[in-house]
Amino acid sequence: MEYFLQQLINGITLGSIYGLIAIGYTMVYGIIGMINFAHGDVFMVGGFVSLIAIVTLGITGGSGFFPIILALVLVVFIAMIIASAYNWTIERVAYRPLRGSFRLAPLISAIGMSIVLQEFVRIAQDGRPKPLQPIVTGGYEIMSRAVAQGEFIVRLSNMQIFIIITTLLLMAVFTAIITRTPLGRAQRSCEQDMKMASLLGVDINRTISITFIMGAMLAAVAGLMFFLYYGVTDFYVGFLAGIKAFTAAVLGGIGSIPGAMIGGLIIGLIEVFWSAYFTIEYKDVAAFAMLAAVLIFLPQGILGKPEIEKV
Amino acid sequence: MAAAPKSNDAVIEARSLRIAAIAKDVLFTAILAFVVLGPILGLKTFSISGSLALEQRWGLVAVFAAIAAGGRLAYHLLVWKGPQARPSKAATASALPVMNFGKYIAPALLILAIALPFIPGVDRRIVDLAILILTYIMLGWGLNIVVGLAGLLDLGYVAFYAVGAYAYALLATIYLPAWFGDGIVPWAFFITLPIAGILAALWGVILGFPVLRLRGDYLAIVTLAFGEIVRVVLINWSDFTGGPAGIGAIPRPSFFGLPFIEGEGGFAAYFGLDFKPIHRIIFLYYVILVLALFTNFVTMRLRRLPVGRAWEALREDEIACRSLGINTTSTKLTAFAIGAMFAGFAGSFFATRQGFVSPESFVFLESFIVLAIVVLGGLGSQIGVVVAAIVIIGSFEVFREMNFLKAVMPAGFDPVQYRMLAVGVALVLIMRWKPRGFVTRREPSVALKEKKAIPTDLVAEGHG
Amino acid sequence: MTIAGQDALLRVEHLTMRFGGLTAIGDLSFTAARNEITAIIGPNGAGKTTVFNCLTGFYKPTEGSVILTHGDGKQFLLERMDDFRISQRAKVARTFQNIRLFAGMSVLENLMVAQHNTLMRASGFTVTGIFNSPAYARANREAIGFSEYWLEKAGLVDRADDPAGELSYGGQRRLEIARAMCTKPVMLCLDEPAAGLNPRESEDLNGLLLNIRQEQQIAILLIEHDMSVVMGISDHIVVLDYGEKISDGSPAEVRNDPAVIRAYLGVEDEEEAEAVVERAVAAVAKKPAGQKMAAKKSPTRKKGVRK
Repeated sequence: MEYFLQQLINGITLGSIYGLIAIGYTMVYGIIGMINFAHGDVFMVGGFVSLIAIVTLGITGGSGFFPIILALVLVVFIAMIIASAYNWTIERVAYRPLRGSFRLAPLISAIGMSIVLQEFVRIAQDGRPKPLQPIVTGGYEIMSRAVAQGEFIVRLSNMQIFIIITTLLLMAVFTAIITRTPLGRAQRSCEQDMKMASLLGVDINRTISITFIMGAMLAAVAGLMFFLYYGVTDFYVGFLAGIKAFTAAVLGGIGSIPGAMIGGLIIGLIEVFWSAYFTIEYKDVAAFAMLAAVLIFLPQGILGKPEIEKV
Repeated sequence: MAAAPKSNDAVIEARSLRIAAIAKDVLFTAILAFVVLGPILGLKTFSISGSLALEQRWGLVAVFAAIAAGGRLAYHLLVWKGPQARPSKAATASALPVMNFGKYIAPALLILAIALPFIPGVDRRIVDLAILILTYIMLGWGLNIVVGLAGLLDLGYVAFYAVGAYAYALLATIYLPAWFGDGIVPWAFFITLPIAGILAALWGVILGFPVLRLRGDYLAIVTLAFGEIVRVVLINWSDFTGGPAGIGAIPRPSFFGLPFIEGEGGFAAYFGLDFKPIHRIIFLYYVILVLALFTNFVTMRLRRLPVGRAWEALREDEIACRSLGINTTSTKLTAFAIGAMFAGFAGSFFATRQGFVSPESFVFLESFIVLAIVVLGGLGSQIGVVVAAIVIIGSFEVFREMNFLKAVMPAGFDPVQYRMLAVGVALVLIMRWKPRGFVTRREPSVALKEKKAIPTDLVAEGHG
Repeated sequence: MTIAGQDALLRVEHLTMRFGGLTAIGDLSFTAARNEITAIIGPNGAGKTTVFNCLTGFYKPTEGSVILTHGDGKQFLLERMDDFRISQRAKVARTFQNIRLFAGMSVLENLMVAQHNTLMRASGFTVTGIFNSPAYARANREAIGFSEYWLEKAGLVDRADDPAGELSYGGQRRLEIARAMCTKPVMLCLDEPAAGLNPRESEDLNGLLLNIRQEQQIAILLIEHDMSVVMGISDHIVVLDYGEKISDGSPAEVRNDPAVIRAYLGVEDEEEAEAVVERAVAAVAKKPAGQKMAAKKSPTRKKGVRK
């Protein structure tokens, strides 16, 4: 029971991170109908930038509560800005010039950008995994149970609380933006019918750019939290996280933000439970198999609407 | 754009407006480059006694920002067409009319390919490179059936390559000798080749069947996922596949039973030649050449048969196909299976050429490179694949040779490190320039009076 | 009024199609006879294309049955069959509202694709075809000949090697029909074949359809808004409105049916209705058809239009 509870907590935490990345995928897919292949790498860049910012600021685990909070807020903003710049550039370079006709060219272009990002970070930062001493430490013990080797304690760490709360906050903010602001309306109209929206005066290019930027901001936060949680980052995390987050987006129903978060949670839980109860080596396979299963059996996802092709 | 201004003042004003706009844009590019490159490039982390420190390299960032700004300026001065440059029709129409001198290029390349090892000055390195390029050409021709002809986006092609490679590795090192004794080993390659193809084709059907309903990007992602699943299984199922280390000591090919060794019973002794290690390489070269040409022959035959036409019709409009009584499910499966089969052949060849197989050779990047070759060549075009493979793989190798750059750049500069980066950049740029690939015409498979090339603007790119 | 005493090739019985809460077609029954042109007409949104999609297997009807009877007595329950089997086995061919040609293939190739199943069998499902067996070579030649025959009928022989996407709009429509005929169907379903055609092209189309009906001994099912085509060549008209049948009979009967007039004109007053109908009938009687009775749909004419 205790073991299960611990995995549950871990899974929700990991799932929140995936969910934030997934929201970025789903927003971009919803509006331009294409997967931003480089989104996972934007997540990776966000993590790296956070790392660099933290090292620059000289924050460590012992810096004291308020300095840490202030520093993290600052780091979040810096990471958001830089990641947004990356995603904006990706949209301008790989997607916008190729918008409209041919599908494969932007795909190749985006994968090319993904490679460029990975290689850039690898070369610029010398390709080794970058560890960092934990910054947010401590937590709470929820339950404990005596086992053969001593005690098994169910822990809820401060880091996990931080991640979950931040995720909830961001979700609330972004959902409010989508549903209540003119920007959100513009986005939703572009998703429905881009031509019509532009005829009605919506600035498509700006709306798309802002969508990419919003996605990047979420990915940047996810990157920061991922690397704070695991204590290490490297240039390759984007690829795997990207596929899993895309699985989450599809699972929840592509185009639906709450769906993306739900999908993220499910994927996180699957990964954690699979590693805990089966084998850790095949945990990625579990995610990939999940993706295949979702697309084959439930292509519209949990919260999505089935698409009927007009004959 | 605005109508031509009528007075000198207006001209000057228009020009200064334009200069202002350009200047703003270049400045913006510089700042953007600074923001983008700054943190990652400018503040390099390195480990020191267990924690991280930073090395500041702002000079480098400034240089690159300047390059970016300069590039943008050059773009404005040379290429600027309007506020939003769209890929114009001119870009596709004025492309290499490869169709027309495709008639001459193809035979010329063929003759070159056949004669290559005997051209004076061609050494082992060049033959090795040619073998590599031919392998990718064969893979490209195989994937061309799935992506180019049938329009099914497959991002996991490397999985079939792996099946072929591991099939040969396991059969040649373990199973064939166990079942038939060691005498079979020199012949192992030729026996395993068809088996590898069949296994790969089978795997293609298994993989293809569940994903048939998917369209476009979804199909791409699922095939990517399948490719990764195969790779992870290869790494972890150590008992069967040898795990991360893979399978080694794979028998080298023999000349139909004559091994390429010095001394008695060897190829050289049999033909009265002096033993040279390059004999084996040349033999390998001709094996892959024959395999590739076989792939090409079969593909071109199939294109003229109803199944090939059905593939292309599938790419154009699946619903119309169904309304004509075509079973699109079996059509798609056939495309998958045959494409997979050729990858299986190529995989076997790869295993015997390299002498060992490991999961590292079968990463997503390989699938991507083959896909890039197919798209760059122009979907469905055989000659396009050849050109694209030579360009992409050739440029990989060019990086190895760029030693002269070492003299110019600061110490510690290793061009090989930048290969992938350069390829990524190149692909992004090429896709902007030629989104539909080098070859811009499609040749019909049948004609009443005479075949007329169809511009690829009209050809659909398929949605799966 | 039902067709009595003639071969009912197609029997639609109590066909119902519901999408969630929306009933697109409600309890529709009609028959279509061999050697006849049956037109399905009705205001926009009446459910006509939905009927076609149910007949040709692209939708599975919620209720009802669709029975097709071949000349040799063989019966097919179309509501249960897959779309491609309906074409392959039951020999029902169709065209689409938005032209679905293979734009990147030549005109001839389009017709060759239509003969896919015949050619596949002749090529031994590709196996013997790879070695260019005589049986396949012969079948190939025959297929080309058959395609040429239909190209001549459609007036497209000299465009045979041009890309299908470069034909004129009228040419593309005729090519779609020729392609459907190359599958050797017993029933041809045409979805707004005259949409976007000018009067001259509509006349050519009428000629082609009448020729097909005469020579081919098949049933033609036609969705159309263009009354000159409908009244000019139909033997039997079924009128739909809001998914239900409101009239069924010969052109003369349907033309004077008050229910039809109300549905099209939305006119309640009988006298006014009669006056409008008189004007419309007079206009239709003049050749070429100038005025139309119902709103004519003209989709944008674009070369190379797909979907």
